[in-house]
Amino acid sequence: MTATAERPQATIFKRPTATTGIWSWLTTVDHKKIGIMYGYAAFFFFILGGIEALLLRIQLAQADAEFLTAGAYNALFTMHGTTMVFLFVMPVGAAFMNYLLPLLIGARDVAFPRLNALSWWIFFFGGIFLYSTFFFGTSLAPISPEGIPGNLAAAGGPGTLHFLADSPDGGWFGYQPNAGPLYSPGTAMDYWALGLQILGLASLISSVNFIVTVFNMRAKGMRLLRMPVFAWMSTVVAFLLLFSLPIIAVALFMVTFDRQFGTLFFAPVGGGDPILWQHLFWLFGHPEVYILILPAMGIVSEVLPVFSRKPLFGYSAVVFAGAAIAFLGFGVWAHHMFASGITPVAQAAFGLATMTIAIPTGIKIFNWLGTMWGGRIRLTTPMLFAVGFVAMFTIGGLSGVTHSIVPSDWQQTDTYYIVAHFHYVLFGGAVFGLFAGLYYWFPKLTGKVMNPTLGKTHFWLQFIGFNLTFAPMHWLGLQGMVRRTWKYPAEVGLEPWNVVVTIGAFTIAASILVFMYNWYTSRRRGQDSGIDPWDARTIEWTTPNPTPEYNFATAPVVSRLDAFWHMKYDEDEEGRAVRKDDADEILAHLEYDGRNPSAPIHLPSPSYFPLIMAVGIPIIFYGIIYHTTMWGKALILIGAVISLSALIGWGIEPLEEESPVEAEDADEEDMELELVEVDDE
Amino acid sequence: MKLVARSETPYDADPMARFRQHLTRTTGLIGTALLLASCQLFETGDQPLTTFEPQSPAAERIDDLFWLVFWIATVVFVLVMGAIVVILFVFRDKKSEDAKEPKQLHGSPKLEVIWTVIPALILAAIAVPTVSAVFDLTECEDGAMVVEVIGHQWWFEYHYPEEDISTANVMVIPVDQPVCAEMTSDDVLHNFWVPALHGKRYLVPGQTTILPLEASETGEYWGHCAEFCGLSHSLMRARVVAMEDSEFEDWVGAQQEPTTLPAEGTPEWDGYQVFLNKACTQCHTVRFDDETASIIIPDEAFNGPELTHFASREVFAGAVLPGSDQTYQQALKNWLANPPAIKPGSYMPNLALTEQEINDLIVWLESNE
Repeated sequence: MTATAERPQATIFKRPTATTGIWSWLTTVDHKKIGIMYGYAAFFFFILGGIEALLLRIQLAQADAEFLTAGAYNALFTMHGTTMVFLFVMPVGAAFMNYLLPLLIGARDVAFPRLNALSWWIFFFGGIFLYSTFFFGTSLAPISPEGIPGNLAAAGGPGTLHFLADSPDGGWFGYQPNAGPLYSPGTAMDYWALGLQILGLASLISSVNFIVTVFNMRAKGMRLLRMPVFAWMSTVVAFLLLFSLPIIAVALFMVTFDRQFGTLFFAPVGGGDPILWQHLFWLFGHPEVYILILPAMGIVSEVLPVFSRKPLFGYSAVVFAGAAIAFLGFGVWAHHMFASGITPVAQAAFGLATMTIAIPTGIKIFNWLGTMWGGRIRLTTPMLFAVGFVAMFTIGGLSGVTHSIVPSDWQQTDTYYIVAHFHYVLFGGAVFGLFAGLYYWFPKLTGKVMNPTLGKTHFWLQFIGFNLTFAPMHWLGLQGMVRRTWKYPAEVGLEPWNVVVTIGAFTIAASILVFMYNWYTSRRRGQDSGIDPWDARTIEWTTPNPTPEYNFATAPVVSRLDAFWHMKYDEDEEGRAVRKDDADEILAHLEYDGRNPSAPIHLPSPSYFPLIMAVGIPIIFYGIIYHTTMWGKALILIGAVISLSALIGWGIEPLEEESPVEAEDADEEDMELELVEVDDE
Repeated sequence: MKLVARSETPYDADPMARFRQHLTRTTGLIGTALLLASCQLFETGDQPLTTFEPQSPAAERIDDLFWLVFWIATVVFVLVMGAIVVILFVFRDKKSEDAKEPKQLHGSPKLEVIWTVIPALILAAIAVPTVSAVFDLTECEDGAMVVEVIGHQWWFEYHYPEEDISTANVMVIPVDQPVCAEMTSDDVLHNFWVPALHGKRYLVPGQTTILPLEASETGEYWGHCAEFCGLSHSLMRARVVAMEDSEFEDWVGAQQEPTTLPAEGTPEWDGYQVFLNKACTQCHTVRFDDETASIIIPDEAFNGPELTHFASREVFAGAVLPGSDQTYQQALKNWLANPPAIKPGSYMPNLALTEQEINDLIVWLESNE
């Protein structure tokens, strides 16, 4: 009388079985495949956001330029910000977390694999939903309260590419009432609000999943303070998502209600408060900044020790500083609003709170320097990006401190100084960190190493382009270049630096092309990585590359921090690392054992339902936008039916399927393996 | 000497020498071009929106605070970047076979305390002048002259309640006197920013925000709306003109006067007729010396700038026109011909005026000094 025997099996539902081809991807619940899909989708949106940025830069390279219409310009900067934050940096962070978190903590998958697939598909359809505004959305000029029509926004005014104007144009921050029903009629801002709602849902689901995974699925012996720092930062990010996303969800629902159902939360005409939106948005928006940067900090904390051949300096300080940043991040939101007319007491309080964030941030930077100090530094591509991160992030951090000097911020806010600051943090910081991670963990995906020459070309082009683009923006801002300006007159004397900035932007674009070429060719013809290409420290490298579907053939047991390193190295009496005599043998065994599980491994079975459930959600949201029409109401119904049927299917689908991975008899041929020491310097 | 030696080298005999000479020349040219360009890049004094030329006590205090923090940040910057460079040179793997592995240091509680406490102390030191400046610079002095600033898509309106004046785009203030800007918005959020005089402050519909202003020197200061306020946000600019007291009194007196109702048959009369017969009177207030002829649009209604003293203002259309490359008349002509073509989304529609009508209107508008 076992529980499984009693369980009624719904025979009409069969688990999908494809292990290759498109169906294996559509139905997968494997955290690695999901991570890869997240990564490619995020990169696709990165390209879109980048093209938007280049169009903006073409417009700004000349004073009084008329390359874009005002409507197209506003739409492009709105979509650039929205895309880079919600469709690129966030999901690429999710890609890393998905792929790596289970590997770093020694698990075979996340706690809720189907939920994981659901959050990925919701993200994917959310991105498509948001971008479908270019095809279906409309952006109209406001009609004044007295009924005097504004002139047609999309077509009005000089410039070209006016067709781009039919997308959200209220800024990624959607300040009210400009983004409200009165001043942004048309449907584009609804696509924005509801698109973000869908994307937020995806992140919220995955945050719960990651938290449960970290607390329940760690390998034997892996105490919390033995987790790699990236796992720690992922956990912190998951908590940030969990606490901050409900706030933006509520705020976006309020906007949607204002726009669709005539509520007046943010409309002054009905006693609503436009500043309330700012409080809600930044109460989410500031933790969001740390959601974007902390994964990169985690990556850098993995990469620096490996290529310095030293443990992370002050491990627990780095971990707790990350947690402190996250905690403080909830108490500083009003520093985005120093000019909004909040009381001096509030301004002073939020200014001081903002200053305190510099302390844990400084701790991290100093510990990273301490890690490199006295090391044996190999300047590989991932290391270059990691060091670049530390340098560029320091600049962003320092300009961040100037914002906490409230009166100084009154001058700087809403100028290009701010644009410079957050690009130093989010591009010089997050993106450099993420590239460090891509180069570092590429072997885990492919079993190859990315071409080091191309990698370094990419780094230096990006480094130079980045600084050419964003360093002059500090100066431009202080010289009075206001943000979100379609045009500036020649008299304000800002043109020369804007030319430099545009040249820098195209340099970055060139560096990304080098990266794409490198990725493409290295996947096919890259040098084989072997099991341990970097002489790494953490247990994700104890399993062969590319990572087998089951991650670990045998569940790892961890006895200390940097467990993998200590399998290979002892310390002499001076405290110097000494490679064990049998280190290569250990690696050979790991490689062999990793490919040849001794017992059948049960993996979570694939499922159709996460995909189907996710399909229903954007359909409902399309219906909400067009709810006044019959077909809009029909869409809501259809979407709800799809999602709810998937929910039922999800609930009753059979739990047990045959595991696709069977143990095989040891094949002697596999014993021949090559140990490759990659020297990418 | 070297030059002579080089010129003696026959080009064709030594292609490398030729190449080198070309290279020197080209680099020289490029270098000169870059030098010239960078001179242009670092040229200052020609940026009317710069924050580095404060002309009021408040802006000066902000500027001082900025430089204080800037230099502290620069020290930190140099230390961190210097450390990175030193580390990369000193500790880079020498790749020799017998190189020893590094000592496996795990951290140092002493250092952790040091680099926690020192930044905290520095920040505490910066916090003192910051907080006092916040309290000193946000409130208006008692008895300051009040100017109400009302934001519209996409121009600033200024009301002088004591003086009962309404004007647009150009705020006129007496020099060396505290002025209190009481600000609100008629539609969306705007942000009033005149860098030489103070930092930014939002204009929020349904609320009143305060910005204390004072100019230490007479002159014209440029401003810009700094909060994204819709389609033509980039074309919402402002000017503040600071005058000597007596001049300001004269200005107030002149602004309080109504303008002359044109006599029938004059060229101004024709322009006035165009104004009456097209939709202009739906939005624009004009006070005439003949009160019965005055056109008063109530504040609650949708309105455009008051035109009574239109020609007393050097700029119009949100302080965007006239541009540097056109005369006042040319700019006005272009504007009246098709406002949305200059300012996308403008509430002043294209009225399809004929050239004659435009010329007449300009004559009348220019008479409203």
